Amino acid sequence: MQQTFVQPEFRVKIDYDKCHKCGRCVQQCGWGVYDFTERPIPHDEKCRACHRCVTYCPAHCITIEKNTLAFRDNDNWSADARKAVWTQADSGGVLLTSMGNPKPYERIFDKLVLDACQVTNPSIDPLREPMELRTYLGRKADSVAVEPDGTGGFRLAGDSGVARNIELAVPIVFAPMSYGSVSLNVHRSIAMAAERLGVTMNTGEGGMHEDLYPYQDHIILQVASGRFGLSPEVLKRAAALEIKIGQGAKPGIGGHLPGEKIDRDVSATRMVPQGSDAISPAPHHDIYSIEDLRQLIYALKEASGYRPVGVKIAAVHNVAAIASGIVRAGADYIYLDGFRGGTGATPQVVRDHIGIPVEIAIAVVDQRLRDEGIRNHASIIAAGSIRSSADAAKAIALGADAVAIGTATLLALGCHLCQSCHTGNCSWGITTQRPELTRRIDPEWGAERLTNLVNAWSHELQEILGALGVNAVESLRGSRERLRAIGLDEQTCRILGVKPAGL
Amino acid sequence: MMTAATSAPPLGVIEGYRQVTPVVERDGATAEVDATGVYFQQLNETVRRLVAEGATTVRIAGVNGQRYLGAGLAAPGVRIEVHGTAGNDTAMFMDGAEIEIFGNAQDGVGNTMSGGRVIVHGDAGDVLGYGMRGGRVFVRGDVGYRVGIHMKAYEKHVPVLVCGGKARDFFGEYMAGGMLVLLGMTGRDAAQPIAGSFLGAGMHGGAIFVRGTVEPWQCGAEVGISEAGEEHRAALRPVIEEYAAAMDMDTAEILAAPFTRIAPMSHRPYAKLYAPM
Repeated sequence: MQQTFVQPEFRVKIDYDKCHKCGRCVQQCGWGVYDFTERPIPHDEKCRACHRCVTYCPAHCITIEKNTLAFRDNDNWSADARKAVWTQADSGGVLLTSMGNPKPYERIFDKLVLDACQVTNPSIDPLREPMELRTYLGRKADSVAVEPDGTGGFRLAGDSGVARNIELAVPIVFAPMSYGSVSLNVHRSIAMAAERLGVTMNTGEGGMHEDLYPYQDHIILQVASGRFGLSPEVLKRAAALEIKIGQGAKPGIGGHLPGEKIDRDVSATRMVPQGSDAISPAPHHDIYSIEDLRQLIYALKEASGYRPVGVKIAAVHNVAAIASGIVRAGADYIYLDGFRGGTGATPQVVRDHIGIPVEIAIAVVDQRLRDEGIRNHASIIAAGSIRSSADAAKAIALGADAVAIGTATLLALGCHLCQSCHTGNCSWGITTQRPELTRRIDPEWGAERLTNLVNAWSHELQEILGALGVNAVESLRGSRERLRAIGLDEQTCRILGVKPAGL
Repeated sequence: MMTAATSAPPLGVIEGYRQVTPVVERDGATAEVDATGVYFQQLNETVRRLVAEGATTVRIAGVNGQRYLGAGLAAPGVRIEVHGTAGNDTAMFMDGAEIEIFGNAQDGVGNTMSGGRVIVHGDAGDVLGYGMRGGRVFVRGDVGYRVGIHMKAYEKHVPVLVCGGKARDFFGEYMAGGMLVLLGMTGRDAAQPIAGSFLGAGMHGGAIFVRGTVEPWQCGAEVGISEAGEEHRAALRPVIEEYAAAMDMDTAEILAAPFTRIAPMSHRPYAKLYAPM
């Protein structure tokens, strides 16, 4: 057999003077990096730099380094570009990878800054004054009527249509990730956290495992082109339904959950045979138009007792017009997934070169819906990628109602962004179905970490709102006057509806 | 009273329909509904209410394209008769009930259906049985494009879709399980081939039976084509018997011709497509 030209990306170094020879690294590694003959012997070519062994080595004697082989300098042909050619010449295959677009495209969030009150309008201390993060997803009435409540105040006359909205205690929800792409313990962790936080989790396209039924009031059930795991029963259990058209990490293409990730439980939840690939076609074959989308939205409402129905799309060039169509089709919310959004498996060429930044998408969609007078007909969830409470605040100021977190969710559970979800060997027990790995996530532990993360971000959001001198997150929504750009070109500023700093 | 800024008019009712509760006549467990001019929402609400109240036969007259009849209905033992033209997504997500349509059906009959039976005594449109995972859809006449796409089987849930007439392109595309049968015996147009192109394209489970023959150019690249032998005809026979009984046709006559069986060559058609990084 010919030697591959692709050299190991990382070097696993063990300080054998410190090594206990305990073999824990062998046991921890999901990729089989280590052999053990008297002491652990690493095979560098299998290492994904996920740091599971590093984290659990009792002697702290393992370190992972980049294999910095020298090439003759070439700004044009990066090491990655050469490696890709060699790999494809080996197999003739489409390069398959995972997680979000890592390329050095401009990160607009990092070029936006928020305002604060100074002198003329007092800032608010959220530790001592009420600071509302509650928000509602769904269609709002075109007008509301109020009536005296008999005690000198006022109340809404009737429910003004908000009764069918999804109440979120904070504007941060968990992004769709399917059972199959992630383990059931991950789903349990997220579901428990969603309930405790008063927000929602999203099944992704893999159905709702029965272990999640106790949390169903906080679960959005996804309906994607493969129509996996949908029965009349689960449609009526979910708090809301979401039609997935596209995903930021792989706009315009379908999904192939490989047969080896489909064990008995995944098979039962998706209602597909064990071991066969679960293939989601690129489009929904009953949606070739906005009218067809409307038909599916109302089919889901009819079948579910008129639950809210959202539509998730990848942020692409013409996103504003598409969003307008989606809202007119009757969607209760639009989920905009930017090109940095993650995935469990995607062709690298699609992940890295298709789609637009979510910051742009939020701004143009919000503006378009306002211009057309239909902004109140649907909420906007923004995702891909929200890395911090600052990103969340900026997304909301650009026009989102709430943000969704996927990659950050997995990071909280141990993910180190090694971009190897598609292998099914995740050493952290997240994107795998191997039982010896999945048991590494204890749902109780996972739920606590996720609750901590969202609570921390929520406190930070309150601090930001306080600095801005507003006392409710809904006052920040679409308030682009509170944003300024640093180092963005004029055209981008105009598209975002944001002034440069100094103006 | 506070009023929001100017906004688009609310999404209206389709012209020609009225948002009124249809007239219902009850006779024991049988209910007769007059759907003439009634908007789909009120019609379906009424059907659901009647089933919840214990009706086991719901006869709907004057149906003219109302959508979603029986959508999401999980009601084994309930029978719904549709007189007229059933609208889009009839029996979508349905589980257990039986819908018999005396007329044509529009697109999407049996879309993502879980179980039960739909009988169409006429032609049916596009996207029949998309993602269907159980139950039966029987059509007497022709069907349109993209029929039986991504049908899938799981354990004892094996969907079956039988068309007495001819089909257009993409019959059984992405099929992942179950059985699709195309008879070509009742087609309106003698010149039309029994099936269009892309038959079974991307197929990775289940089987398609075509009465007579199809040409390899009509089929997707992922399938094997062969004449159905005894073993496969034995699997087909009970389905044809049930279909013939529902359509008042003759089983022996249907089975008198040879059948072509189209089945996937792999359950993992794209396993070698990728080079994992």
